[in-house]
Amino acid sequence: MTNTWQDIKNANVVVVMGGNAAEAHPCGFKWVIEAKIENGAKLVVVDPRFTRTASVADYYAPIRPGTDIAFLNGVIRYLLEKDAIQHEYVRSYTNAGLIVKEGYSFQDGLFSGYNEEKHTYDKSSWDYELDEKGFAKSDDTWQDPRCVINLLKQHVSRYTPEMVSRICGTPQDKFLHVCELMASTAAPDKAMTSLFALGWTQHSVGSQNIRTMAMVQLLLGNIGVAGGGMNALRGHSNIQGLTDVGLLSNLMPGYMTLPNDKDADLDTYMSTKLFKPLRPGQTSYWQNYRKFFVSFQKAMFGDAATQENNWAYDWLPKLDIPLYDIIKAFEMMNNGQMNGYICQGFNPLQAFPDRGRTRRGLSKLKFLVTMDPLDTETSRFWQDFGPQNPAKPSEIQTEVFQLPTTCFAEENGSLVNSARWLQWHWKAADGPGEAKSDIWIMTGIYHRLRELYRKEGGAFPDPLLNVTWKYTNPVDPDPEELAKEMNGRALADLTDATTGAVTKAGTLLDGFAQLRDDGTTASGCWIFSGCFTEKGNQMARRDATDPREQGIAPNWAWAWPANRRILYNRASADPEGKPWNPAKPVISWNGTRWVGIDTPDYGPTVKPSDGVGPFIMNAEGMGRLFARDQMGDGPFPEHYEPLESPVDNVLHPKVKSNPVARVFPDDRAMFGDAKSFPYVATTYRLTEHFHFWTKHALINAILQPEEFVEIGEALAKEKGIAQGGWVKVSSKRGEVVCKAYVTKRIKPLTVDGKPTHVIGVPLHWGFTGQARKGYGANTLTPAVGDANTQTPEFKAFLVNVEKTSAPPMTA
Amino acid sequence: MSDLQSQDYIRRSASTMTPPSARSHEDEVAKLIDVSRCIGCKACQSACMEWNDLRQEVGHFEGSYQNPNDLSPSVWTLMKFAEYENEQGNLEWLIRKDGCMHCEDPGCLKACPAPGAIVQYANGIVDFISDKCIGCGYCVKGCPFDIPRISKTDHKSYKCTLCSDRVTVGLEPACVKACPTGAIMFGTKADMKHQAAERIVDLKSRGFDKAGLYDPAEVGGTHVMYVLHHADKPSLYSGLPDKPGISPMVEAWKGVMKPLALAGIALATVVGFFHYMIKGPNEVTEADEAEGARALDETEKTP
Repeated sequence: MTNTWQDIKNANVVVVMGGNAAEAHPCGFKWVIEAKIENGAKLVVVDPRFTRTASVADYYAPIRPGTDIAFLNGVIRYLLEKDAIQHEYVRSYTNAGLIVKEGYSFQDGLFSGYNEEKHTYDKSSWDYELDEKGFAKSDDTWQDPRCVINLLKQHVSRYTPEMVSRICGTPQDKFLHVCELMASTAAPDKAMTSLFALGWTQHSVGSQNIRTMAMVQLLLGNIGVAGGGMNALRGHSNIQGLTDVGLLSNLMPGYMTLPNDKDADLDTYMSTKLFKPLRPGQTSYWQNYRKFFVSFQKAMFGDAATQENNWAYDWLPKLDIPLYDIIKAFEMMNNGQMNGYICQGFNPLQAFPDRGRTRRGLSKLKFLVTMDPLDTETSRFWQDFGPQNPAKPSEIQTEVFQLPTTCFAEENGSLVNSARWLQWHWKAADGPGEAKSDIWIMTGIYHRLRELYRKEGGAFPDPLLNVTWKYTNPVDPDPEELAKEMNGRALADLTDATTGAVTKAGTLLDGFAQLRDDGTTASGCWIFSGCFTEKGNQMARRDATDPREQGIAPNWAWAWPANRRILYNRASADPEGKPWNPAKPVISWNGTRWVGIDTPDYGPTVKPSDGVGPFIMNAEGMGRLFARDQMGDGPFPEHYEPLESPVDNVLHPKVKSNPVARVFPDDRAMFGDAKSFPYVATTYRLTEHFHFWTKHALINAILQPEEFVEIGEALAKEKGIAQGGWVKVSSKRGEVVCKAYVTKRIKPLTVDGKPTHVIGVPLHWGFTGQARKGYGANTLTPAVGDANTQTPEFKAFLVNVEKTSAPPMTA
Repeated sequence: MSDLQSQDYIRRSASTMTPPSARSHEDEVAKLIDVSRCIGCKACQSACMEWNDLRQEVGHFEGSYQNPNDLSPSVWTLMKFAEYENEQGNLEWLIRKDGCMHCEDPGCLKACPAPGAIVQYANGIVDFISDKCIGCGYCVKGCPFDIPRISKTDHKSYKCTLCSDRVTVGLEPACVKACPTGAIMFGTKADMKHQAAERIVDLKSRGFDKAGLYDPAEVGGTHVMYVLHHADKPSLYSGLPDKPGISPMVEAWKGVMKPLALAGIALATVVGFFHYMIKGPNEVTEADEAEGARALDETEKTP
């Protein structure tokens, strides 16, 4: 979230699209209700299904799964055509006036630089025209046809209301009414919040879905303000923490990137991280990258990381391919290139696309280690559970080690919520049976591996042998010690250049501003710096005082970065520093410094007259309507059909789907066509369950006991499917036999003149736990990854549905 | 469920004694369910199961999000989901938390023949006192809302207690505490009516002209009230009665029939006494037991 949960109450319009906040985030959804009751907000829901969120909405518009970009590009076209944008904001805070260099183009569905063989883009033309000093040229009058706003106008001109309706199936009047509601927040004192989740990410165009709404929000002046923002509602209590500490194959903590094998030495690596300002006088905060990086290396390798060995740069792994994501990992298992798998707090058999592919991959391993508080499907992949898991144990050689772990309530630690708060939690009970904490288990593995390397050597033992491990209890480090390590310490006496204040060696740092690139500071995760200081555990704070009753309680837990609750909050004030909305100020300029209810996302004493842009993480200091080379699939968002789609791409039939989506050849062979699989399916969660966990809890199992799919009345009638009757839902990859919920909440959509039916597939049931056995939605889903994040396309694919009789077991 | 003491009662089933009304200074309480901000998450159902320690067996999918599929001795509250296409052709998903309405004039209490098995407290809560319940099922017939359910295990009647055990010690009912959107509120009946009035103004401003409070006069008002977007058509909400009335049979039993029936019972006692004196005690045979069990089983199959 750019903003924070409580801040939703400040919105005038709440748009839930690409998510189902009431269903999947019922507790946080109270703030939407608060916005409605206390702020007179309108709640708008755009979704293929009439959801629980829609049940309390002021306005609902249906949309075909996988067409959000067409809808939102249509919104952008509407805003530009009606001139319903916040002019001063767009002019001063976005790159609308910057000039794009010759060479950039978009034609017939492809951006300039496409390589047909490699399915990638050469992105060098996706950039600004630079002047002789290396600064981006601009035209503040917006007359130049190459300035961003004009290219954008041209790009979205194809997305007329007729076209939007033709692609999305949304009736034109409903689309236009949503446009009108959104446009009402272009007024400087009005705000719209965008609440979204996996309904946007789980597409081959997932990142661009989100980006398109971010552009809408920039045009409306809704980023950085109270009640505004792009708010990703996280589906797991700590998934925000997972990305923050970089638990992805190509990341390091704090969103630093792991080197690849072209980055032979530190200087080469750093040369791609300089982020020199692209406009005069800009901040470009990533220029501090080296400080964050060196401090991380000091936290990792301690005294062994020195100036002489380039801060142990050689001990970091170098990627030989862009990344090893989950789709890739199982591709490698299936090809025999990966033969051991440690699966910590993860249930891939139930969670990853194309379940059969996952089962085959696990069956080829030499060993599988699962670490989980629950008896997961993955741990039991080898066991025959009937049609829901038709495994043949006699044919599977994989040795499985099932290590039971404690859960969050059985250990101390912190969780990072959607609003980036690190909240400390305390152990409430001992774990059952032989359960051990993840820390204890991983520490054990580490010590044994290190011992093996010590005794037997090995190809490259240095990284493992040089990791620093100075914990009070080296076999079971205390969570507080680990938290302090992430916060960071001074390794020598540090003198502040401006104030002269001295931070003694050994003391905990107050924040990342103190980090140095000379080896005198250590911090395991720079964005967490400030969470555990000499004043104590900031994450454990529980003071709910909210000075302006505006949803910002700065002394409740601690938010990264720098305890900031609203990112980009400099943009909540006009260029002179006066709040756009005087009734809901966040920060303002008092003549000498920035003051307000939140930590300024800006130099605290940088004068408005200095003209530093509010988006200090960007080299030009501006919000990007044109993304430069930051996206894999284009600097402007474009509508591409899902990899499995029932219709052609009416905008450019030759380029139907995202040309740079992640697809392996074997998986492409597993795509179905609309002839055999004529219906669009989408998967989702229900309130009663959390993923595949709560089916292990009796109460949740009682509240939603059995697998089902949702089918509209029209299709059910056509297919002779009765309410609660048995159906077989099949894709090219597998089939699910379950009951049907025949509902008015899914209506056929008219797409390009033809009726299109949507099938809803909730995903909770598997073959372990207390609920009834189910096949799992991922039996059906394709292995397709988003072009930027490789997130699988779980939200739009093709199936067939047929009436069937009750299986013998349940008759 | 909870047995407080006689001084807490203002009404007591099948009793001629007048409760002392020692708590007449107490305010009447009410639970207000604002249907317009309920998201149907079932946190209330879950909390009810937790607090009252109830676990229905894991059921089946029955063609709706409604689960378990009905109220039962282990299910005291239940979210009901109705898909309604309004006059403009737009869909509304009307979600209502069902459970005991705690009528001011409780049909169950009127119908109950077991002395003290159903009581009403000064705060308005209607409670079942299990050890006095004879499992006859008259309360089921007497309830205009089809709420009480008889247990097959102990042949007692069960329903929501409005968490009388919590309310007595100054806590809100468990469902109220758990509700994430504040759709379930609890307080004095006067305060809840005031709250409802504010909500109704908001709903009217959003185009629900017929928004209103469900506090039906037919049962003297209720201690569980709803804010409805369509107060003119309560039955849209999964059959919430438009005009809930206590069955005429029950009214008759309490009115005209009661003295006659009492006379009948007295006569039966007298006849029984003479039968005993003349024929001696009845012996229960195994056949009688089997026949009794079969009869009981049959009555339980019919709701």
